[in-house]
Amino acid sequence: MAARTEQKNQPAALRHVVGGGIMSDVSLTVNGRKVKGSVEDRTLLVHFLREHVGLTGTHVGCDTSQCGACVVHVDGKAVKSCSMLAAQASGSTVVTIEGLANGAELHPVQAAFKEHHGLQCGFCTPGMIMSATDMIRRHPEGLDEATVRAELEGNICRCTGYHNIVKAILAASQTMSKSSKGKAKKAA
Amino acid sequence: MGIEGIGARVARKEDKRFITGGGRYVDDMVVPGMKHAAFVRSPHAHADIKKIDVKKAEGMPGVIGVLTGKQLKADGIGNLICGWMIHSKDGTPMKMGAWSPLAVDRVRYVGDAVVIVVADTKGEARDAAEAVEITYKERKAVIDAVEALKGSAPQLHPEAEGNLIFDWDIGNPPETEAAFKAAAHVVKMDIVNNRLVPNAMEPRAALGHYDKAEDHYTCWTTSQNPHVARLVMSAFYNVAPENKLRVIAPDVGGGFGSKIFIYPEEIICLWASKRTGVPVKWVGDRTESFLTDAHGRDHHTHAEMAFDKDHRILGLKVETKANLGAYMSLFSSSVPTYLYATLLSGQYNIPAIHANVKAIYTNTAPVDAYRGAGRPEATFVMERMMETSARQLGVSPAELRRKNFVTQFPHQTPVIMCYDAGDYAASLDAAMKEADYAGFAKRKAAAAKKGLLRGIGMSCYIEACGIAPSAAVGSLGAGVGLWESAEVRVNAVGTVEVLTGSHSHGQGHETTFAQLVNERFGLPLDQISIVHGDTDKVQMGMGTYGSRSGAVGMSAIVKALDKVEAKAKKIAAHLLEADEGDIVIENGALKVAGTDKNVPWFQMALASYTAHNLPAGMEPGLKETAFYDPTNFTFPAGCYICEVEIDPDTGKTEIVQFVAADDFGNIINPMIVEGQVHGGIAQGVGQALLEGAHYDAESGQLLTASFMDYTMPRADDLPSFQVSTSNTPCPGNPLGMKGCGEAGAIGSPPAVINAITDAIGNNDLAMPATPQTVWAAIRAATKH
Repeated sequence: MAARTEQKNQPAALRHVVGGGIMSDVSLTVNGRKVKGSVEDRTLLVHFLREHVGLTGTHVGCDTSQCGACVVHVDGKAVKSCSMLAAQASGSTVVTIEGLANGAELHPVQAAFKEHHGLQCGFCTPGMIMSATDMIRRHPEGLDEATVRAELEGNICRCTGYHNIVKAILAASQTMSKSSKGKAKKAA
Repeated sequence: MGIEGIGARVARKEDKRFITGGGRYVDDMVVPGMKHAAFVRSPHAHADIKKIDVKKAEGMPGVIGVLTGKQLKADGIGNLICGWMIHSKDGTPMKMGAWSPLAVDRVRYVGDAVVIVVADTKGEARDAAEAVEITYKERKAVIDAVEALKGSAPQLHPEAEGNLIFDWDIGNPPETEAAFKAAAHVVKMDIVNNRLVPNAMEPRAALGHYDKAEDHYTCWTTSQNPHVARLVMSAFYNVAPENKLRVIAPDVGGGFGSKIFIYPEEIICLWASKRTGVPVKWVGDRTESFLTDAHGRDHHTHAEMAFDKDHRILGLKVETKANLGAYMSLFSSSVPTYLYATLLSGQYNIPAIHANVKAIYTNTAPVDAYRGAGRPEATFVMERMMETSARQLGVSPAELRRKNFVTQFPHQTPVIMCYDAGDYAASLDAAMKEADYAGFAKRKAAAAKKGLLRGIGMSCYIEACGIAPSAAVGSLGAGVGLWESAEVRVNAVGTVEVLTGSHSHGQGHETTFAQLVNERFGLPLDQISIVHGDTDKVQMGMGTYGSRSGAVGMSAIVKALDKVEAKAKKIAAHLLEADEGDIVIENGALKVAGTDKNVPWFQMALASYTAHNLPAGMEPGLKETAFYDPTNFTFPAGCYICEVEIDPDTGKTEIVQFVAADDFGNIINPMIVEGQVHGGIAQGVGQALLEGAHYDAESGQLLTASFMDYTMPRADDLPSFQVSTSNTPCPGNPLGMKGCGEAGAIGSPPAVINAITDAIGNNDLAMPATPQTVWAAIRAATKH
């Protein structure tokens, strides 16, 4: 997993002093919607999403970037949103768990987690699904169990023993590869 | 069975919100005017508080209040208590030291809460917390239970001389001594059960809101049992009377026992809300979870087992020292006693047992129930003893177990429990077949060719869950009853709401409980809602722990459904002008059996509320409540087999096969049951291979206080599991259910350690069996 996105030609967050603290103006696209905020410099992306944008689906499960409950997509890549300042994400396009489904239609990874009982308490689930979606994207050739387990290293689940999470990701990977092959055929 | 009824593999109703980011956990709650709390915690394992200076902190940006234990005491907030009374063998009650929610004079473990800071933002609260100046005078600390009993050890509480909380006995000492005198073989072992940190993925959190106008408190908290939290906070901590206190446990991100207990933080947030006039939210960070969530296990045990010349068990002696940490947590005393020593008969006929348990204070986090709670410790003792005995006696581990299995039911053990039903040979056979036990020698030889050590180990566990009945647990010292409640409301349009005193924090109650209603009335699952976790909505209930929500919680629902069904049939019989005894419920309608006369379910429901045409004297409406108190524990049992390959150069263990054959009685949703077993095994394998809470012996600092230092099982540490069930219905409850929530964590650690010790040829191996530990054990074995 990429620890953070590459710095492109992003507009740097505007910094200014308010009271005793330094504030940053950040502006980004979250789930297709433009959002703006003026936040303390030290605000992490995950806190910006949860507390300023009101998207509480992204969770905080640790303080050391180990658990992966906060994984979102920044410019198309899975990122632990606790390992990035909101100011660093300014100018980026972010997708959170709330933005993954296509309207009422679940994303294939979401559907697979439900079908295969890949979640119990649900706390790690948003990060798991966002990581899994990225994993499948990075492996268009398909996935096997060993690869899924190795690539889930950055996401901790305490409920499921991972058994059904692995099953769900393998199933979603197959579904998505079938549907992309189908689309490719149509296009040809 | 219908497609959504009992036995159906139905996908979970609750998943929709969790997979779309719509779950609502305590940290997601926002109340107008809400402010944020941070705690100042003791950096010392043991020290006197000489001075607390809050002036500088009070002047920091955004700070609303900085509050201390003295103010808390002045407001009459009570000490935390342990709710299960244990008497020592000399008849004296357990020695409970005082535990103030905020420490006043002395701190007793690293993480002990001393001051709460409330500020506009979480960041400001933390900044100000760092500015609180506390002068401590350090004392010597003791972190090990065995050390704490020595006369030279520092004393934690004036109430508990020698740090001894109780010295408790169970079983029959003279009969046990006689059994050992008659023995042909005696097997002895020292066994350590390593200390674990539960680590639910959602850290603990609390939001306290005092409404001045109503003189009413609301507490959102990460609880497995909100009603018990309300009861304890009212009756013992003097926060508010029950009618002035609402406790809400919304979506809770895992518990595993650690969220049963009432901790200082929720009490303090409620009190601080009244003191400061603002709603106060605290969300623990992961290190706070490590430091202050109740830990699990931490037993030192010496066990001896006596066999006759035919390898039948004659007796068992067990001495255990249980580390309870710095304070007695809510149910801490019950874990190493009635939840542990009562299971020391295992699946076996043992005529005489004597166990002694000493519970001990140390300068560590409080220890209480963690998934399995006492039963994993008992199973580890029994199944390590059985495997070791088989090796020492030179017989097959499977056959030694089989020879000693209990086969007649009911079976009264010498340690209180009366096993009601089971077929232990069936689980053993199923597991051995699934694991291809017979083919192991070939696989071991093949591994040896690759330079790998292959081993196989088994564990035949039994546990007691669905903890009950109330009168029995009361006689053993429990401060609460252990029944469950349910209310079934049929709405005027025929949809159904079930209000349950159980609480779901991952177990899937919203689905399985609804399946029960579907089975009874034929209503689709989306017309059935399960309501739980809010003391304002749901009648008093006891919550979820000890694998009790199926056997006890669902039985309460069955009782309420019985009452609803009886009334519904009366109404239908009246409307159809038929005999009540001829009414059957099928496919969402009430029918006169053998005819086509029927009234749809919704019409019957509407009739009950319009009340235009009810049987004479019948009350309108259709809503029934039931409280269910079981007649016995339930006794899930099973056989787990683990096969490992170890690289002798690195000591790294790979689990190449893990088989679980369980007996859970009747099952509502096999998919959910399997999920519970998977998760339990992962925690058990975690204990065996990876996890361990380590305190520095001198300073008492927790060295494993983050996910960077404490090894949580990751996906690539585990295999896929082969799970199956062979079920004997439980005669003790109407659904014939046992319990499946803890079995995996109970049965798996000895299977893993038995497999590793089999592979390396050294039986002396501590948990967690890290590569370093295993490598050292291999070296030690080859030296001799």
